[in-house]
Amino acid sequence: MLDLVTDTATDTAHTAPPQVPLIEARGLCKSYDRRKMILDGIDLEITKGERIALIGSNGSGKSTLLKSLIGLHSISGGSLRCFGDPVSAQSSRAQRLNMRRQTGFVFQKHCLVRRRSVLSNVIHGLFGEPGSWRAFSHSLASRDWRERAMQALADVDLADKAMDRADMLSGGQQQRVAIARALVRRPRLLIADEPAASLDPVSGQNVMNLFTQLCQTHAITLIYTSHDMAHAVDHADRVVALKHGKILFDRPASRVTRAHLQDTFDG
Amino acid sequence: MVDPRQTAPGRFTGFSPINFVLLVALGAMILASMGQVSPTPQQLVDGVPGMVNLVGRMLPPNTEPAFLARIGVRILETFQIALVGAAIGILLSLPIAWCAARKVSPLGRGHVVVKAFVSFLRTVPDLVWALLFVASIGLGAVAGTMTIMVDTVGFCGRFFAEAMEDAEKEPQEALSAIGAGKGSILVGAILPDIMPSLINSSLFALEKAVRSSVVLGLVGAGGIGQELKVAFDLFQYQNASMIILAIFLIVMVMEVMTDKLRAYIQ
Ligand SMILES: Nc1ncnc2c1ncn2[C@@H]1O[C@H](COP(=O)(O)OP(=O)(O)OP(=O)(O)O)[C@@H](O)[C@H]1O
Ligand SMILES: [Mg+2]
Repeated sequence: MLDLVTDTATDTAHTAPPQVPLIEARGLCKSYDRRKMILDGIDLEITKGERIALIGSNGSGKSTLLKSLIGLHSISGGSLRCFGDPVSAQSSRAQRLNMRRQTGFVFQKHCLVRRRSVLSNVIHGLFGEPGSWRAFSHSLASRDWRERAMQALADVDLADKAMDRADMLSGGQQQRVAIARALVRRPRLLIADEPAASLDPVSGQNVMNLFTQLCQTHAITLIYTSHDMAHAVDHADRVVALKHGKILFDRPASRVTRAHLQDTFDG
Repeated sequence: MVDPRQTAPGRFTGFSPINFVLLVALGAMILASMGQVSPTPQQLVDGVPGMVNLVGRMLPPNTEPAFLARIGVRILETFQIALVGAAIGILLSLPIAWCAARKVSPLGRGHVVVKAFVSFLRTVPDLVWALLFVASIGLGAVAGTMTIMVDTVGFCGRFFAEAMEDAEKEPQEALSAIGAGKGSILVGAILPDIMPSLINSSLFALEKAVRSSVVLGLVGAGGIGQELKVAFDLFQYQNASMIILAIFLIVMVMEVMTDKLRAYIQ
């Protein structure tokens, strides 16, 4: 292992600086009640530009892991670095802001502000940018921001719903608005918790294709969970499986077999 | 995790012997107090001629134009006290409620202090506030406005804070993941979510303000109540009956108006 590192270091010294992992978790533990460990010693390294699919049965801790990555949940043990900064309860507001500004997060539940227009909800994605008091509503936002938001909506095929109230949309449409909200800020890291779960097959495929295309053109790093094994295997470089709070396997998507999946979801 | 041997809870779990004793004690206290403060039948019978006499002297209500004009000015003043006091109170309540709301407050744990302060404002009765302000600011409408303001903050501060605590959590978490601060979360996610409840509480506060501004004059804090006190003090019962009618009108108009507004907003 050690010589391997030195080997590649001399090899790439003149081409690129050594890659700092975008996310680095060491022995990450998380418990909500100090008794049951939901995450129990997770080691995970994610480098820039990777696309990672996270799989696991219901309650295996996928959402918990994703939320911990950007400090939405405080971790109970181990260490975690995101964009090179440590993530912990002690992180400063500036560190947290730096991390969150570069991250787009699509939640498993839609999490839109219900009484606001779809466009306002997408513009909310620009909170944290300079001048973000204007992100409260589409009527305050600058022309540039509104155009960016419309582009993001067009990317998820919802441009015609821009002025509808968010809670008047169907579940799948709301999910797509949430995706647009995460994309409007042009994140470097996109975390999506079951982005395609409530979408019809075609929209689900479109969203996954959109992600893949964004990752290729803008070098976005993508981490997503999915219960659709086709999505998990076809759109990721790496598949990480969680089981009983531990990583069951972490391997290239092309080398995930039926037996691996069987193992993940068995008992 | 559920223990299969767990038995269903009994039907009267909440009713312990202690509760029974407390209930009997409460009943005994009510009966004993009745002997001391409630009117005896004899007193009621004796009071009837007095009441009839009073009502007789109140009729007909005074309808002299000069008097009506004076009342009209006082009614206007009452409305002004209620409107200005409630408006300022509602505006002040928003930041105060924000500081008092659990989990939402920018003060963190300090929210308890603000909450206690709001409770204090609410538990002191409005007439006592009026006495305090009359003593410190002096007689007149300004003392009344201050009273209504404090009263409104006590009322709205609590209900706004509760609404903020009950606001949907997921959108707040989403905005926080985006990097929004506490203030942005308040304006971006919480306020839009609780707007109907805010408006409803504010309308109630306005109704309450009109009702209390009517009596504030009894202790010299301006408004129509002042005329009522003068009328009773000088035994001008026909004036008093006119004023009571006017008060009835004010409160009714106010309630009809807020009901209409509420229906319009729903
Ligand atoms: N806020 C919370 N408080 C307490 N326990 C929680 C909380 N969120 C999740 N859990 C618990 O943590 C465990 C893992 O939940 P999590 O949501 O991470 O699972 P998941 O892998 O995302 O499942 P799914 O596939 O159903 O989305 C569950 O047992 C759940 O009960
Ligand atoms: Mg989940």
